[in-house]
Amino acid sequence: MAFEGLSERLQSTLSKMRGKGKISEADVKEMMREVRLALLEADVNFKVVKQFVNDVKERAVGQDVMKSLTPGQQVVKIVHEELSNLMGSDVVPISFSQKPPTVVMMVGLQGAGKTTTTGKLANLIRKKHNRSPLLVAADIYRPAAIKQLETLGKQLDLPVFSLGDQVKPEEIVTKALEYAKTNHHDFVLIDTAGRLHIDETLMGELENVKTIAKPNEIFLVVDSMTGQDAVNVADSFNEKLGITGVVLTKLDGDTRGGAALSIKAVTGAPIKFVGLGEKLDALEPFHPERMASRILGMGDVLSLIEKAETQMDQDAAKELESKIRDASFTFDDFIEQLAQVKNMGPIDELLSMLPGAGKMKGLKNVQIDEKQLDHVEAIIRSMTKHERANPEVLNASRRKRIAKGSGRSIQEVNRLIKQFDDMKKMMKQMSGQMKGKKKGLGLPFF
Amino acid sequence: MSFFKKLKEKLTTSTQEVSQKFTEGLTKTRDGFASAVNDLVYRFREVDEDFFDELEDLLIQADVGVTTTMDLVEDLKEEVKRRNLKDPVAVRDALVEVVAKRLQEDESDRELNMQDGLTVILFVGVNGVGKTTTIGKLAHQLKSEGRSVMLAAGDTFRAGAIEQLQVWGERVGVPVIRQTEGSDPAAVVFDAVQAAKSRNMDVLICDTAGRLQNKVNLMKELEKVKRVIEREVPNGPHEVLLALDATTGQNAMVQAKAFKEATNVSGIVLTKLDGTAKGGIVLAIRNELDIPVKYVGLGEKIDDLQEFDPEQFVLGLFGDVFEDKNEGALTEKEDTNEDLA
Repeated sequence: MAFEGLSERLQSTLSKMRGKGKISEADVKEMMREVRLALLEADVNFKVVKQFVNDVKERAVGQDVMKSLTPGQQVVKIVHEELSNLMGSDVVPISFSQKPPTVVMMVGLQGAGKTTTTGKLANLIRKKHNRSPLLVAADIYRPAAIKQLETLGKQLDLPVFSLGDQVKPEEIVTKALEYAKTNHHDFVLIDTAGRLHIDETLMGELENVKTIAKPNEIFLVVDSMTGQDAVNVADSFNEKLGITGVVLTKLDGDTRGGAALSIKAVTGAPIKFVGLGEKLDALEPFHPERMASRILGMGDVLSLIEKAETQMDQDAAKELESKIRDASFTFDDFIEQLAQVKNMGPIDELLSMLPGAGKMKGLKNVQIDEKQLDHVEAIIRSMTKHERANPEVLNASRRKRIAKGSGRSIQEVNRLIKQFDDMKKMMKQMSGQMKGKKKGLGLPFF
Repeated sequence: MSFFKKLKEKLTTSTQEVSQKFTEGLTKTRDGFASAVNDLVYRFREVDEDFFDELEDLLIQADVGVTTTMDLVEDLKEEVKRRNLKDPVAVRDALVEVVAKRLQEDESDRELNMQDGLTVILFVGVNGVGKTTTIGKLAHQLKSEGRSVMLAAGDTFRAGAIEQLQVWGERVGVPVIRQTEGSDPAAVVFDAVQAAKSRNMDVLICDTAGRLQNKVNLMKELEKVKRVIEREVPNGPHEVLLALDATTGQNAMVQAKAFKEATNVSGIVLTKLDGTAKGGIVLAIRNELDIPVKYVGLGEKIDDLQEFDPEQFVLGLFGDVFEDKNEGALTEKEDTNEDLA
């Protein structure tokens, strides 16, 4: 109830204005109320919402309704465009120093995810930009914070500079920079302690660190679940330190992430990265238009497709496609597909990216048991090579053997074979429709 | 006697009880909210739709959430109509009353459900809300009440989490049961329960790794941890406390729901309330879920954990509204009320 997408929210308003050629002011006013509520529920700061709604209103009044769209879709489109614009029109890359090392300072409230992000960012910089990062443990306050960074460093096989928790951050940073120079690290990441933006003493300490380190980037790390207070936090940090970018963490949760919009609106600093999981490679560049979709509850198809693309072997995908075309798809291919789908991460996570997946009846509260996939795999692996390539030979006695071999029931084996047959039939139909089209998504099971 | 007077009386008679820390920690919260309320009250000469619209904004700005805000304002409108209140000052009093009523619904279970034998407390919550820190503070509090406390390092996932709890254990002076990073949290908790039993501990507090509520597998893992406690300790865990970051927006509701479903959360610890976050989420949680708030975290120091007292909370939240500077306006208002009567 609380988290409907904007499109659904607009439905009731829209039913009244069906068939209109122009969007009138009264229509807009009513729709803007819904836009306002949708944004507020997504945790966008109420002042930002007000400003935003005013801007959109101006744009929406008097617009001709495009042929391809209903008035509601038109409004959603305008809102979506404006949101994307507001959050920055493009992906902003990290700015590297002309003279190494490039220094990046990570700042933020407690528990925002600075240390984890520091590790992820170092990993990304090494992989994508071919740099040699040095991690600096400057959080001397939280118990075991240094240990946390050291553990991350070990996991990533990256050096961590620390002087324990009895030395002042200013001194740690001074020494760390010297160390980086003598040891040829061209990228220095400073992990600072989480602090309240109203803590004068600790904010002063950050200013000192900034003076010493002369960082190329100061990243404010913000929990994407932050509510209305995001503006105060971002504003204070920006005022004191002049942040150059924002990293939005924990976006793999189910928050709408309206804080992103609020922060961008008050600081003007671009959101550069988003944290999408606990694994150390779960940091991605920020895409404004995707975030806009998310805030509006429109799903995130682009991310899903991208995820599929990075995980699927392109050649394998092509081969699969040709197999689908001539319907020579076998259990071997099936198991390969299964492995690739599993590679993409938990299935419920994938589903959550599909627009409207939350609304689909069958999918609403579905909890996909990853174990089921293991069972399927066990059944297929209990088949002989011949059986996998020629499923039609699977008679009752073979099925019985497979059930025993995989430790599943005969019913389950039967069900799987039936599903496989159905799928093949479907593929035949699909390949009929696909004729002429060159590209398939390569994801027959979705 | 007006509601405001009652509150004020309470405040003056029990000043000592209103802990200094609580007031200090809430200063920011209160300043922001109360001065905004005051602004609002003095900007409007009479109560009209605009007034209520502004009030709505104010509550939304405090993270109360759209639904709860609408409910509250609806209640307030009715109250205003019923009592025939005309000026904003009177409406403000009604606001305080409505809020207090929401917060005071569950006076009964603010306290921890302590047992005669071993009491097991399980901490759950998303990443970075302050579970481990809160456990340290709670252990200190329980220990200083004369109980023997043991901690279980059930966050075997996050780098450095075990060490963090260990440091707290040393600070407070209580034993910490731990295994290596990456081991099964249910196994750690099992060990800890056995150890707590054999050493005749009064309280065992179990830490768990932060997890986002939409990760099915991780929530299942948490259910397993809870099952282990259920099996090993009669009626355990006696408390399942959800740590909620006060800066969290509407997602806090989703969190509370999901964790309640998985582990039957018995109470909430609202952390980081010493920032500028308004803590309005408390209202929404009270309104939409039947989980009481038991503690609030007001800082990083060992004694910065306070029992949640709704009355103190309202007093703290609206404290300034009752201060001297408004005395004149309020007396005036009461006079007019009498006149009207």
